[in-house]
Amino acid sequence: MKKENVIEATNLTKTFGEFTAVNKITFEVKKGEIFGFLGANGAGKTTAMKMLIGISIPSEGQATVAGYDVSTRPEDIKKSIGYMSQKFALYDDLTVKENITFFGGIYGLKRSQIRIKSEELINNLGLQEVSNDLVGSLPLGWKQKISFSVALLHDPKIIFLDEPTGGVDPITRRQFWEMIYETAHKGTTVFVTTHYMDEAEYCDRVSIMVNGKIEALDTPKKLKEQFKVDSMNDVFLKLARE
Amino acid sequence: MSISVQHISKSFDKVTALKDISFKVKEGELFGLIGPDGAGKTTLFRVLTTLLFADEGTATVADFDVVEDYKSIRNSVGYMPGKFSLYQDLTVEENLTFFATIFGTTIEENYDLIKEIYVQIEPFKDRRAGDLSGGMKQKLALSCALIHKPKVLFLDEPTTGVDPVSRKEFWEMLKRLQKKGITILVSTPYMDEAALCDRIALIQDGEILEIDTPNDIIKTFPKKLYNISANNMYQLIKNLNAYKHQYSVYPFGEFVHYTDQRNDFKKEELINYLKENNLKNITITETAPTIEDVFMELAK
Repeated sequence: MKKENVIEATNLTKTFGEFTAVNKITFEVKKGEIFGFLGANGAGKTTAMKMLIGISIPSEGQATVAGYDVSTRPEDIKKSIGYMSQKFALYDDLTVKENITFFGGIYGLKRSQIRIKSEELINNLGLQEVSNDLVGSLPLGWKQKISFSVALLHDPKIIFLDEPTGGVDPITRRQFWEMIYETAHKGTTVFVTTHYMDEAEYCDRVSIMVNGKIEALDTPKKLKEQFKVDSMNDVFLKLARE
Repeated sequence: MSISVQHISKSFDKVTALKDISFKVKEGELFGLIGPDGAGKTTLFRVLTTLLFADEGTATVADFDVVEDYKSIRNSVGYMPGKFSLYQDLTVEENLTFFATIFGTTIEENYDLIKEIYVQIEPFKDRRAGDLSGGMKQKLALSCALIHKPKVLFLDEPTTGVDPVSRKEFWEMLKRLQKKGITILVSTPYMDEAALCDRIALIQDGEILEIDTPNDIIKTFPKKLYNISANNMYQLIKNLNAYKHQYSVYPFGEFVHYTDQRNDFKKEELINYLKENNLKNITITETAPTIEDVFMELAK
């Protein structure tokens, strides 16, 4: 059985004046897939992602995300996706519960739903003892897990993660990847943008952008075979040098 | 000894940032401080560069005491903080001239030392520092930290947020600086960079877990380590965690790194167990541990 595509991009392009930031990229991502979207600083991955999450209109080409066209239905896309970034995650001056209530409200959940979801989230992460503590007082690893769960509150079809595990200790990082595997297993697509190549190793498939174009797209295993190297880091170095 | 740290402790309010830290760095050594965010790396750098007093313990840098001889230390060390701290409104050249002047020297006098790094940003010398790309900012910051020919160089997470190509170039630069006799203390959250140092200290929650050469640290890994893969990663991790003989189960890229409680691990038995749980395409092969495996074992 062929799995449905939740992201389809065809010749997606973004230009700023003379500069082409994203140059005719074409790819698709399947339901339940963990897809790595890689590129060096300035390769165009942030610009491409902004188009996919409905906050930047393509100059040319098209894309659908969760079934909606990015040019004509950006508001429907925003309701169907979750987003988590390492830079901005939660409000430090609100408690764990307040953050959940706030983001639940933003995502348009009813009060009764928020109550149920909030309890579920706190129990799943074992946060009963700290649910009324300010988020700012919690360790980085906890914040990351909470912010990931918060981005899933409205049961999105796709969750976008921007460099999700940078800086955390190796054990917490793996607990985080276990959460990602579980999420994907339940059918939510996970779209990871990163330039940390060890995060790339965990993805089902990865694409690598160089100067606005997708120069490679496959499973980490096949890419390593293709470039005859042992790590995604070396794949990246080979591609960027050519 | 180029750097000597003895029983340093430091707390902020309720948080203990450093707990009884001791280590030594030899002259000309490239020494790595490897640990996640919040491990205490920056606090330690600030103590050693005389910007912060420790609560307990003593330390010397280039044979000067960090408290008694702080002025001598400031003239003998270069410090590149984790956060970009140059003047964003000054141009590349103005920043470099500024730092040279502060230390009573000129760009010309020590040009040899920074040449290889500086030539890469020299075409942009009239550009404001704030308008540089991440990789170029990093090169300028390193040039400024070197312009007074320091004996010891402190680099706090120089490669965080930098892409793999720039990271590789940066480490190549460090190796060349080391050959010129400069002692380097560098911190990083990336375990794969540990292998590029002469010796490393693994640090977490303000405590040093281990100090040695990367190779000798890897040798301390107490178990046989196996790469396991199957058709469904989520199920595989779940089943391995539930396996009664498991000692550790960590996802590691396309594999799971697995160790067994028993010395006579029975591969067939585990394969059968996984098959019973409906997993397919199961592979189990022995693999060499990495610094990250050791780190997790020590932090367990």
